[in-house]
Amino acid sequence: MTMNNQGRPTSVPAVNGHVLTTISGDRGLDHEEPLIFELGRDGMTGVDLPNVQLSDARLGGVKRAQPIGLPGLSEPEVVRHYVRLSRMNYAIDAGLYPLGSCTMKHNPRLNEKVARLPGFGDLHPLSPQSTVQGALELIAELMTWLTTLTGMPAVAMSPKAGAHGELCGLLSIRAAIAARGETRKRILVPESAHGTNPATAAFAGFTIDEVKGTPDGRVDMIELEGKLAPDVAAIMLTNPNTCGLFERDIRHMADATHKAGAYFYCDGANFNAIAGRVRPGDLGIDAMHINLHKTFSTPHGGGGPGAGPVVLSAALAPFAPLPLLVHDAKGFRLIEDRDALPSGAKPFGRMCAFHGQMGMFVRALAYMLSHGRDGVRQASEDAVLSANYILASLKDVMSAPYGDGPCMHEALFDDSFLEGTGITTLDFAKAMIDEGYHPMTMYFPLVVHGAMLIEPTESESRESLDRFIHVLRELAIEARDGNKSRFEGAPHYAPRHRLDETAAARKPVLRWKRKDLAEAAE
Amino acid sequence: MSEVRFTDQHEWVRIDGDEATIGITKYAAEQLGDVVYVELPEAGHKVGAGGEAAVVESVKAASEVYAPVGGEVTTSNAVLAEDPAKVNADPEGEGWFFKLKLADKSEFQKLLTADQYAEFVKGL
Amino acid sequence: MRYHPLTPDDRLAMIERIGVTSVDALFKDVPVSAVVPLSSFDLPDGQGELEVERKLSRLAAKNAAAGNGPFFCGAGAYRHHVPASVDHLIQRAEFLTSYTPYQPEIAQGTLQYMFEFQTQVALLTGMEVANASLYDGSTATAEAVLMAERITRRPKAVLSGGLHPHYAETVETMASLSGQVVRATTTPGKADDVIAMIDDQTACVVVQSPDVFGLIHDLKPIAAAAHAKGALLIAVVTEIVSLGLLEAPGAQGADIVAAEGQSIGNGLNFGGPYVGLFATREKFLRQVPGRLTGETVDAIGKRGYVLTLSTREQHIRREKATSNICTNSGLCCLAFTIHLSLLGEEGFTRLARLNHAKASALADKLSAVKGVELVTPAFFNEFTLRLPGKADAIVESLAKKGILAGVPASRLMPHDPKVRDLLIVAATETVTDEDCDAFARALAEILP
Repeated sequence: MTMNNQGRPTSVPAVNGHVLTTISGDRGLDHEEPLIFELGRDGMTGVDLPNVQLSDARLGGVKRAQPIGLPGLSEPEVVRHYVRLSRMNYAIDAGLYPLGSCTMKHNPRLNEKVARLPGFGDLHPLSPQSTVQGALELIAELMTWLTTLTGMPAVAMSPKAGAHGELCGLLSIRAAIAARGETRKRILVPESAHGTNPATAAFAGFTIDEVKGTPDGRVDMIELEGKLAPDVAAIMLTNPNTCGLFERDIRHMADATHKAGAYFYCDGANFNAIAGRVRPGDLGIDAMHINLHKTFSTPHGGGGPGAGPVVLSAALAPFAPLPLLVHDAKGFRLIEDRDALPSGAKPFGRMCAFHGQMGMFVRALAYMLSHGRDGVRQASEDAVLSANYILASLKDVMSAPYGDGPCMHEALFDDSFLEGTGITTLDFAKAMIDEGYHPMTMYFPLVVHGAMLIEPTESESRESLDRFIHVLRELAIEARDGNKSRFEGAPHYAPRHRLDETAAARKPVLRWKRKDLAEAAE
Repeated sequence: MSEVRFTDQHEWVRIDGDEATIGITKYAAEQLGDVVYVELPEAGHKVGAGGEAAVVESVKAASEVYAPVGGEVTTSNAVLAEDPAKVNADPEGEGWFFKLKLADKSEFQKLLTADQYAEFVKGL
Repeated sequence: MRYHPLTPDDRLAMIERIGVTSVDALFKDVPVSAVVPLSSFDLPDGQGELEVERKLSRLAAKNAAAGNGPFFCGAGAYRHHVPASVDHLIQRAEFLTSYTPYQPEIAQGTLQYMFEFQTQVALLTGMEVANASLYDGSTATAEAVLMAERITRRPKAVLSGGLHPHYAETVETMASLSGQVVRATTTPGKADDVIAMIDDQTACVVVQSPDVFGLIHDLKPIAAAAHAKGALLIAVVTEIVSLGLLEAPGAQGADIVAAEGQSIGNGLNFGGPYVGLFATREKFLRQVPGRLTGETVDAIGKRGYVLTLSTREQHIRREKATSNICTNSGLCCLAFTIHLSLLGEEGFTRLARLNHAKASALADKLSAVKGVELVTPAFFNEFTLRLPGKADAIVESLAKKGILAGVPASRLMPHDPKVRDLLIVAATETVTDEDCDAFARALAEILP
């Protein structure tokens, strides 16, 4: 026979709990990655550009004298660096994100494809309007979807995110009140509200008056009505609320608010629970922002960009900010100028440059067209069904303050079930990381102790939900039984162990500094 | 003779003549967790009893600190800017926040004694 | 429906475990009269990917993309070439579909690039510290004004005449809630009278350079005048590539820099999403709006990054927050960071020189056309021409010839009769000599 003398082994060796400190510090596919500033070299670049020589004559004497200090890397190094960074991130494409209030649903790649069509992506906002009619038509179509789904007559498209939308809504309310010749400085906000609500109200020049909740997790209508007075400009509610519950008395509250001459702002973060089934306009809402990056699937992108268009009632529509979009015999037109306003329009001003988050509009419309009205309704039903499934499956081993249910698209738990175990909501959440899950929203809303708010969305299969439920059940039982090993010092399997946030805040280091400069500064 | 009294907002105040030294209690420091920053009033700032005088921050919370008695701020504890951890280490001693010149000595008598404050905390 | 994994059998089993008879029962808290049938919505039913793509492609085809022909529009949004790697990297699932890094142990990818971004912005602007982005340059400017008012405890903001009108309007909308906003007169091609407007009620002076007409301003005397009166200088930059050739605002005495980062890594996208850059001095750190990423160590001593100084922000400080901002520009920052990493010092400075060279050559070609006058003597990659006729009509005529010739100043300043004949022209590295020749030729043909 012919012989192969290479001596390469073919059997699988025993491993026997082999633990190893590697030479490189990396472990298999888990790579440690320095900063680009620590990798770069002078003179290197990852882009080939011609080196033109210039006259300084037209630089107004303001030419840069010192180098900037940017690192230089080749293209392969940059690509490898950011690929390695990406691998240290959890993402919805990789696993369930049970984040209450965030609506981490699937981000369709079709949306990415159409947003990148040159006719949308390579379009300048100030091109002559006759050359961008398709873009304006898209915005108009999205506006139709938003107004139809919400049952409201108008929508302001320019706000860049939910909080920006809240500000837009409150500024419209302020303008409407001023137009009546009144001054109203107070806004009523439930104590369970998301922080952006009081922050926005203060930003817009109002004082905040908190309204307590009832034992069944809703806004106390009696207290709310008691606080309504001629100095109240608006109430700011979230519906479904931040405890995941539908505000049953919402119509009464809207009526009482209007009777008192005030307006009803609704935080639309939880619209996914009711889209296609309930119209906020029918509930008496005057203004509501919609988070396109929540309800309408535009990607979270690690913290943005978002988009927060605001639907407006007939009372507030005249005050919508510039620009306005009109459609007449001549076509679609942006109105950017106070002197060319359609009759009745009294915009309070401009929220930002240009016309809004077009890139997110294209993505959101692709989602809406793909789903259709039937798909939108189905999404909301599945979202509510999944949240209730989780609530029903966990409430015997975890503590749900409103566990008699039903909940809407998110289920709220608190830390009562952990009492006496020495394990906190934080420990529980960090143990979930080792199990392969991003933790749920924790310590929000503030109205329950150690809150855990779980929102599965409609994007999870039943198998995925069952696996998640199983893990949480087991964790809860272990915690209750005093078995602390999974919780102590968790997470152990993430790219980093628990990080020292106190040190980060006491001595903030917010940028890299070149060693010699850093030493010189000391 | 310097006496220390307390508020149900978890501040303490020690009187020496007409100077009051104010800080947060051990209980408050424990509840707050690791202090990362303290925002202190400037000298000359006038505050009434119960008025907001300082802010103490941990990584996850920011709490207002109220003046138990009214007066004009004379000095703030410069150590806390460099070493906020002092508030956790010695909240009722070296972790003091600010001193003020008392406006009305009778306000001090209205506050809780050490025993009364201890009882109050027990009930929380 | 392709996006919904639950099957009818799944739903039945889930309803059974919950203990209700139908999904409708889960909505029992909704007033019956508020539940509307599907037919109430005058909207189409769902469509397949093929149909949706076809429909949106048709809408896209109705627009004149910048790449279709000679293109010279700027005025706050600039067309630059973004290397192919950038768009591929930002579409990695772990970047595109990840959440805000509130659980830092599983978000080090996001946090580290944010730290790199903050460093890059500080370096470019010549400032000590930068945040992890705001929505865009215009809202960053408004936030800077509010921050200056908090720091100085003064109510007045003075805006220079060369500030982009959309930015000025945004500042007016935001800042007139808490104080007063005054604007210097617009004098295209010249420094304005902003220094004379600074008094002891002034919190800040806001100066854009290069300004909306493209004119480069020397910030140093304005900084000195502001500081002499106890006011802060806010420098605004709408074309961030200019900092590859021009002096950093920090080196000129700026206290806060509010800039638009769109030029790096991010396409035109018809106006958004963009990325607001915000940088300042370390002594003002606690007044900074928006997210901040900081370095720290983990429980076993490894270096890592976390969101920090969160007590400034809305989710903790609520009505006393430095801003109401929550979501910022995440993925747009990443695109900026990757593109700037690819460019590096050498590439970025070459890019800036190339831009100025293109614009300078174009300015010469166009001002050689009869009746055309160059208004801005000093500029980076954008300049203003005075035409013998209304600029908007000329732009429309050129558009019919397939040339997007720039932004008529009247588009941004519709009430100012003095600017009706002014055209703002940008030329980046994406402009070819053929494009410039075509522009000059067509302009000569159209003009009287």
